[in-house]
Amino acid sequence: MEVLLGIAGKDFVILAASKAAMRGPTVLKAEDDKTRQLNKHTVMAFSGESGDTVQFAEYIQANAALYSMRNDTELSPSAVANFVRGELARSLRSRSPYTVNLLLGGIDPVTEKPHLYWVDYLASLAPLPYAAHGYAQYYCLSILDKHHHPDCSLEEGLALLTLCTDELKRRLPIDYKGMLVKVVTKDGVREIPVDNDKVVRSA
Amino acid sequence: MSNPFDINGGACVAMVGKDCVAIACDLRLGMQSLTISNNFPKIFNYAPSTYLGLTGLATDVNTVSDLFRYKVNMYRLREERDIAPQTLANLVSSSLYEKRFGPYFVSPVIAGINPTTGKPFICGFDSIGCIDFAKDFIVSGTASDQLFGTCEGLWEPDLAPEDLFETISQALLSAVDRDALSGWGAQVYIIEKDKVTQRLLKGRQD
Repeated sequence: MEVLLGIAGKDFVILAASKAAMRGPTVLKAEDDKTRQLNKHTVMAFSGESGDTVQFAEYIQANAALYSMRNDTELSPSAVANFVRGELARSLRSRSPYTVNLLLGGIDPVTEKPHLYWVDYLASLAPLPYAAHGYAQYYCLSILDKHHHPDCSLEEGLALLTLCTDELKRRLPIDYKGMLVKVVTKDGVREIPVDNDKVVRSA
Repeated sequence: MSNPFDINGGACVAMVGKDCVAIACDLRLGMQSLTISNNFPKIFNYAPSTYLGLTGLATDVNTVSDLFRYKVNMYRLREERDIAPQTLANLVSSSLYEKRFGPYFVSPVIAGINPTTGKPFICGFDSIGCIDFAKDFIVSGTASDQLFGTCEGLWEPDLAPEDLFETISQALLSAVDRDALSGWGAQVYIIEKDKVTQRLLKGRQD
């Protein structure tokens, strides 16, 4: 029951990931960070088989860093997304594929336009205005369909995120220990403090 | 786990007209019954009048379209000319058969006009590269059964570009409305000798 949410707006991308690290029904950690920063203005959030997730994410992170050092330029979000997809697709047809679902969010440093990419464990890549992985898809995509518009402000985006997390708190049978929220703007990546203790009453 | 060809959904169709060809696809990307994206085009351009449609497993649609972009770019650099649809057909066929015992789960469709002869050309493939040459139309994807019906009913020989557009659009839209895994709008290309028209069809959004 890992939750991954992504919302792109006018000049930002929000990535949110649940903070619970779980193994079966047991919560092993309540402050887990399921995100990695790939370069100055690209973040990746991941879920899936534990072990695979961090291993794959840090492999990508290292390669993105290597590229930046070698070429003195950073990869654009679309370049990173296609690199990630390529690596996951290569692994898919290997003896032991990575079982990792990803959301990639970033701002293109040249155009300053936001980009959000949805990648699943089969390495299907789709650029989207808003995205989710896991059970969150069933609860949140309909809310986002109704309320999202492509040039919304960061405040509206965060309000939209609250709408989604409230629904998850209301409907998911397991406490996912709140969300870690990261926002990418043209100034870089920052974590947004959110109130995870808010109680949402069920119907 | 279900059939890899039916996980993501999608449909593609190509038709021959009089001195023109058309190719069209839907825009859905799904996971089983859940729709992930309604803007996932499945037609890719490889030369001024050579187009490739790919339906099937989305990851392989991505992989195969990228692979052919690389191969066709290399061809253009070596040969210093654009690839003809017939040549692309043979390239697709041999590239797919290379993976005979671990295939890409895609059903490709080619539509184009031969740059030297000016003749229209369409063909389709199975996932291991067997070419299906056709004089009328080619269908592929989860709505292929429905597409066979609508194409058989609507297509006629020697359609002019505007009539061909109407025919292929109605054939595709009617077919995807009877398929739960494809739809959500469509993209249509009408290819004439020195002109290509791309149109976006809204279609039913449900």
